[in-house]
This record gives sequence, C-alpha cells and structure tokens, in this order.
Amino acid sequence: MRFVAVSSCPTGIAHTYMAAEALEQAGRAAGHEVVVETQGAAGSTPLDPAVIAAADGVIYAADLEVRDKERFAGKPFVDVGVKKAVHDAPGVLAAAIAAVEAGAPAATSAAVHSPSPATKVDKNASVGTRVRQWLMTGVSYMIPFVAAGGILIALGFMLAGIAWDGGNGAVEVTKIPVTDLVSNFDPTSLQQWSAVLFQTGALAFGFLVPVLSGFIAYAIADRPGLVPGFVGGAASVAVGAGFLGGLVTGFVAGGLAWWISRWNVPKGVRGVMPVVVTPLLSSLLVGIITLVVIGRPIAAAMDHLSSWLNGLSGNNLVLLGALLGAMMGFDLGGPVNKVAYTFAVTGLATEGLAADANQYKIMAAVMAAGMVAPLAMALATSVRKSLFTHAERENGKAAWLLGASFISEGAIPFAAADPWRVIVSSVVGSSVAGAVSMAFGAGLRAPHGGIWVLPLISNFWGFLVAVLVGMVISCAIVVALKSARPSAVVQAEQAADAQLAAAVATAA
Amino acid sequence: MSTPLITADLVAVDLAAADRDDVTRHLIGLLAAAGRVTDADAFHADVRTREAQMATGMPGGIGLPHARSEHVTAPSLAIGRLTQGVDWGAPDGPATLVFLIAAPATGEGDHLQILAALARRLVHESFKTSLREAPDAATVAEIVTREVVPS
Repeated sequence: MRFVAVSSCPTGIAHTYMAAEALEQAGRAAGHEVVVETQGAAGSTPLDPAVIAAADGVIYAADLEVRDKERFAGKPFVDVGVKKAVHDAPGVLAAAIAAVEAGAPAATSAAVHSPSPATKVDKNASVGTRVRQWLMTGVSYMIPFVAAGGILIALGFMLAGIAWDGGNGAVEVTKIPVTDLVSNFDPTSLQQWSAVLFQTGALAFGFLVPVLSGFIAYAIADRPGLVPGFVGGAASVAVGAGFLGGLVTGFVAGGLAWWISRWNVPKGVRGVMPVVVTPLLSSLLVGIITLVVIGRPIAAAMDHLSSWLNGLSGNNLVLLGALLGAMMGFDLGGPVNKVAYTFAVTGLATEGLAADANQYKIMAAVMAAGMVAPLAMALATSVRKSLFTHAERENGKAAWLLGASFISEGAIPFAAADPWRVIVSSVVGSSVAGAVSMAFGAGLRAPHGGIWVLPLISNFWGFLVAVLVGMVISCAIVVALKSARPSAVVQAEQAADAQLAAAVATAA
Repeated sequence: MSTPLITADLVAVDLAAADRDDVTRHLIGLLAAAGRVTDADAFHADVRTREAQMATGMPGGIGLPHARSEHVTAPSLAIGRLTQGVDWGAPDGPATLVFLIAAPATGEGDHLQILAALARRLVHESFKTSLREAPDAATVAEIVTREVVPS
C-alpha cells in the first residue's frame, strides 16, 4: 500500500524527523511505501499532489495542527501523535493498514477530493509578495471570463451592425430581453442570434467580480475561502462597488475564512466546520460588511458626484470632458465610472436635441475615454511584453477587441493585478481622450458600441484621434511606472521561463 | 555551515551522573565552554520546559533533550555516554546515550536541516551502535560529522 504521513512536534527539531524516519523505515521493512511531510523547524516541503492522490491512506503523526489538512480529505487515516510514531512505527503502520482495509471514514467520505485549482501562492514569501500572489490568483481565474464575455459581447455588436439597418444595431441588440429569446427564438433571425451572443457575454461578465473576489479568498484561505469570496464579490456588484469593491471583499473573505477555519472547536463540531459552519459564518460576515458597511457610503458618494456633475453642465466643455474621462478610467465599470456614464446616457434621453447638442458631445467624450484603458493595456502588452505575466499578455490580445467595443472591463485584470500603476495611467489617458474628443466637438447618439456604432458618430476622425492619443499616453505611463519597479510575480515567471529554456537547450 | 555541529570537546564518553538534570547540566557546561551557549542556566531552563511538555526518552536507550533558545549561537550537539543508565521517560528503559540538541531561536529552514538530518540518523540502529562502541570523544564527533549530512 501507499501512505502519506505528516509529522510535527512542538520544537520541530527532533521528534518530527525521528517519526518521519521511523515511519519510512517501518514502511520499507513491511513492503509499503510511506512518504512523510515533515512540518518542522527546518521548513516544510509540501507533498507532491500526485503522491497524495496515489496514497491509500494517511498517517497523522503530528502534535501540532496539520497544515493544509484539506489536501488529504476523504482518505482513510490514523491520527496517532508524534511520540507513538517514534516509539512504535510498525504498530502505527499496522493501524494505518487496518484503517485502509476498513474503508474511508464515513464522516469525511463525502468530502470532495478532486485535485484543487492551482494558486500562485508561495507560503514562504514575504507579506508584500504574498499579497500580490493572492491578487494574481484572483486575476488569473478572472481573465478567461473577461475574454469570453467581452468577445461574445463584441461579436454580438458586430453581428447586430449587420442585422439592423441604419447603423443602430449595437444599441438595438441590447433591447431584446432574455425572456424574449427564450419564448420566441427564431433561428433565421440575425437579430436574435446577435442578442444571444450579447446576453451570453453579459452573463459571463456577471461573474467577473465574484470570480476575482472568490479566488483571491481561495488563495488566502484555500477551499474555505471560496464561498465567502464569491458571495462577497456578488455583494460588491449588488452595491455597485465594482472590481475595487471585489478586491476588498476578496481579502476580507479570505481573512475571515482563514481565521474561522483555524478555530479550535470541539471534536463533535469539527466535522461540520468546512461544510457548514465556516462558509455560513464567513459569508454572513462578509455580507454584512459589504451590504451594510461598504454599501451606504458608496451610494451616498455616487449621489453626491451625480448632483455635482449636473451642477457643472454648461461650463467649459473641454474641462468637463477631461473630468468625465478621468472618472471613466478610474474604476472601469465601478461606481465612479458608472456616475460618469449614467450622466452621459441620461443626457441623451433629453427631448428634442439639436444635431450638435452638448449632450452628444458628452456621450462621445465618455465613450472615447472608456475605450482607452483596455486599448492602452493591449498596446502595452504588445510593445513591452516583459512587464506582464503570461496571462496578462493573453488577455492583452482580447483587450484590443474589448477596447474597440467600448468594454472598459477588458482592463480590469490589469487594474486588479496592479491597481496603483494601472489606474493612474488609465485615469490620465482617459482624461486626455475625453478632453480631446470635446475639443474636436465629436458627437455620439448611441450609449455604447465602440467602433460598431461608427455611423452614429459625428466628426469621426476627431473621435478616433481622441481615443488614439489617450491610448498612447496611457500606455506610455503604465510602461514607465511598471519599468520603474518590476513586479516580483512577473520576474519569478520570467526566471522560471529562463530555467525551462535553459533545460530545454541542455537537453537538446 | 560555518560551525560544525559537533567537535570532540562537546562529547563526554564516560559520564557519571545521578539523574536527567545532572546529565543535562554537564552537557550544557560543554556547550557553554565552547561558546555556543551564552547563558547556561537560562538555556537549561529552556530545555527543562521542553522536557516537561513531553519526555524525550527515545527507543533503544536514548535521551534526546533539546530546545530552541535565544541563548544558543549556532546549531549544536553535545553527546554524553553514561556509565550508568538514567531514566529519560522512555517506555523501554533508561537512557545510556544522551544527545543534547541546541538550536537558535531565530531563523528557519536551511541551517536547521542539519538537526533534522541528525534526528533521522538517530532512528538507525547502526548509527547508535557505532557511537556506543567508539573508543574516544574524537571518534564520536567524527562519526557524527561523517554520518549526519543534510539531505
């Protein structure tokens, strides 16, 4: 049989290793394989997940709390303490064999023991590095959702441009509700197909913030973090806190789950901790924090910002464009972005607007600004690959299409991974785009659509110049900021690449 | 590894002692004389605290007192070969071979690998026998240095 074991003792320098050696010896003597993870003072090398997966049973020869015990969930085990393993390793092994023959313990057999999703977390790294690794874990799981959802939405817009006459398709497609698709789907209608694409993409986008938050929490607290992380992310969406709120809920949920799962509870309760108590309590707490504590100030701030914006109208248009642009670039679909966007869209609804009304110019400035961040990140990943992780580079390719379609969310993975530098560059670039669009007097009669609503943009060239100028400025700033202080995660990835390349070269 | 784990002057081959405390005090004296323990009494208190948690008598007549302590400057081992067995709390009888492990309180990982390797060697019967049969302190120290290699 194959066994995995964990040994530990209070001092971590003697019993831990004697128990390990004794168990391995006893295993060899009896013709069984025993692989021991020594959780001692000399540092601990986690068991290879493949070895754990292949093991028939688990031996806990540990006087301390076993680290990351969920790895062994569902396997038959004996829990003997370190001293027994030192003094009577053959006896412990015999007990473990008996446990395997008796089958998996009923209490834990329900536990899922499929391989866990990978995280980028190195448990021995410094706090700063680990915070970045937690972030990167969340971001790397979010990226496929951004790409899939964003591209579906963009394709929906494209198809809608053909399906409707008059260049208005990207607007019309969003007006077909899901219920209509369900009850009256017509496979011969291009309009319906474009709506299917758009709605599916929109659903995928609904996961962005929950996945980000959920996997940040997962990186911090392992499996117990998933539920509160996802719930917190959804709560952040519900209160309009966007991805910045999702970052907060991810860290809060991860911290809570980590803390609760380490409570020293009576043995009777221990079995229901991972399935009931930890997810229940941590979700409740993160829900209270998000809905009650974070929600209200955000709503109040959005109200203030809106009424302040309304008071500004009619003054210097270029300045207004710069301000709205900055707001668009700040949180990419979050509350500040939403205030600026809503301000513009509400203006469009004004009755009897003249063809060159300020409302149209405001809409154009807002859209130009909203396209800048994803386009700038796409440009940055292609001109300075070395500053970005593999996942970010891949996401950069999708970001071209997302940016062109005015889907600001395409930049969220970059902003979530490195909020400070990306947001600064995005705000400046978007602000310039807003101002330039205003200066050229570009106008737009559609609330969204990016390049797919070209026919609805007046002074199209001015609009395009605004987007391109903003994109280049934003890209230059993010490249400069990232070059000044390269990310540890990116450097680690590149070191690994170099090693791999060297290994391949030697092998060849 | 700048300081070797053990040297001949950290080995007492014919140690006559009355009890656990006596043996430990003698071995700590060797470590203090070699400058590896800065405060013998304080370190002794640390070892006693550890011993009180769980006796460190090991199978086969081994006593393994140990502590991580701020009074230790380098990972060190002192060995006492007793002329008469002393109870060390092991179920299979008194200890005649005592290993005192002194580890610094700070620092994780690499420099403690040597102690992990030592603990692993102690499980092997041949290692213990060779130490018991070694003619003098220098040979004992030499066997440990040769056999205990961090993996």
